[in-house]
Amino acid sequence: MPSRAPAASKAVRGLVDELLAGDKRAAAKLISLIEDDEPEASAALALIYPHTGRAHYVGFTGAPGVGKSSLIDRLVREFRARGRKVGVVAVDPTSPYSGGAVLGDRIRMADTGIDPGVFIRSMATRGHAGGLALATFDAVRVLDAMGMDLVLVETVGAGQSEVEIASRAHTTVVVEMPLTGDAVQTMKAGILEIGDIYVVNKSDLADTSTLVANLRFQIEERDGWRPPIVSTSALKDGRVDELADAITKHRAFLDSSGMWERRELQRARQEILENARRLLATRVRAGPEGSGFELLTQAVIARRLDPQSAAVRLLRSEASSPRSAPRRPRSSP
Amino acid sequence: MAKKIRVLMAKPGLDGHDRGVKVIARALRDAGMEVIYTGLRQTPEDIVEAAIQEDVDAIGLSCLSGAHMVLFPEVVSLLKKRKAGDIVVAGGGIIPEEDIPKLKKAGVRVVFGPGTPLKEIVAFFEKAGAAKGA
Repeated sequence: MPSRAPAASKAVRGLVDELLAGDKRAAAKLISLIEDDEPEASAALALIYPHTGRAHYVGFTGAPGVGKSSLIDRLVREFRARGRKVGVVAVDPTSPYSGGAVLGDRIRMADTGIDPGVFIRSMATRGHAGGLALATFDAVRVLDAMGMDLVLVETVGAGQSEVEIASRAHTTVVVEMPLTGDAVQTMKAGILEIGDIYVVNKSDLADTSTLVANLRFQIEERDGWRPPIVSTSALKDGRVDELADAITKHRAFLDSSGMWERRELQRARQEILENARRLLATRVRAGPEGSGFELLTQAVIARRLDPQSAAVRLLRSEASSPRSAPRRPRSSP
Repeated sequence: MAKKIRVLMAKPGLDGHDRGVKVIARALRDAGMEVIYTGLRQTPEDIVEAAIQEDVDAIGLSCLSGAHMVLFPEVVSLLKKRKAGDIVVAGGGIIPEEDIPKLKKAGVRVVFGPGTPLKEIVAFFEKAGAAKGA
């Protein structure tokens, strides 16, 4: 194996063995280890990665309060009734002031987590923008390796430009609700272009037909898939089965059209590049005082050099100075 | 990234009073901790399962219904049964003075009554988290 990740300790190997046998406590411990970026995080991920690639990753995005958590709870029950094992990773924001967070997605998932075929994990963004945490898709992989058939990912629900999820999930579900604005809202770029499936939730509270019609007018076929629009009521269990059907159908479409492989390819490329970028930045910043980075910074401040030329020089010197293996490859969100 | 202290705040049993638990969740958040709040009317099984999946350092149980003598020890014993006895359990709410020694004997680490300064509660969870992270 070409991996340069450090060898795993006996304790981590033990945890991974337990994870592969389906142990929930081991899964939880491994997610923490990765999330806290502990020294053995890379070793753990390297052991887990070969056991991933089977689960269907489904992302949920949409404004706060549209009902993502409630919808996920009902979907988990629906998929369980169909005999599928389901993992959930639910992301909520970290306070930029205190670094703390209140993670409340589990409230809507009350006793669902007690089912042996379900695993729910709450996660704080810890300063990462874009609606996900840095470790979100690492956690997804832990649940994939654990044997979950589907892993549902709930983003923080930031609003209009939270599109990162679409590049990482196999299927992206955009959740909307009625009474949230006029037809122009559905014309705006960003979140309304990324959905593979659109949901208009809270159909028990208001008429959804206007929003459904507006969405239908805007949504176009992409790569041979026309995103369906499903109106649901998560609280009244209205048509959640139709949403489950749509998710299953999208998976079948990805498999039969070759899109699954295409998305894998895009994702792998993107992940390698993001890791390379992060590792490079870490190495450059970690350089000793008086290093190339420091000298170049001074030159830029003194207007002797522009930032772009400085970057070119930095890359050249980085390439010619081999250092120890980077500590932490990770699957970026 | 430094290790974050994670705390589960839970309301066991049939008790709809959640003002106190929310105040504490907020205080722990402001102290930089990650607080998972699971809402009202949880069974001890729900709470223990959530604590394991969330890999928390400690659980804060809030009870104002009078059923603490059954519910709190049940959470402690289920944790032990699931080999998660290292998770610290704290209790709070309307707890008669004479019940406190019995709860502590049953494995509840500390009991906070009404009027406890938030600082004291924050300090307890910080210490519990630090001890477990070591």
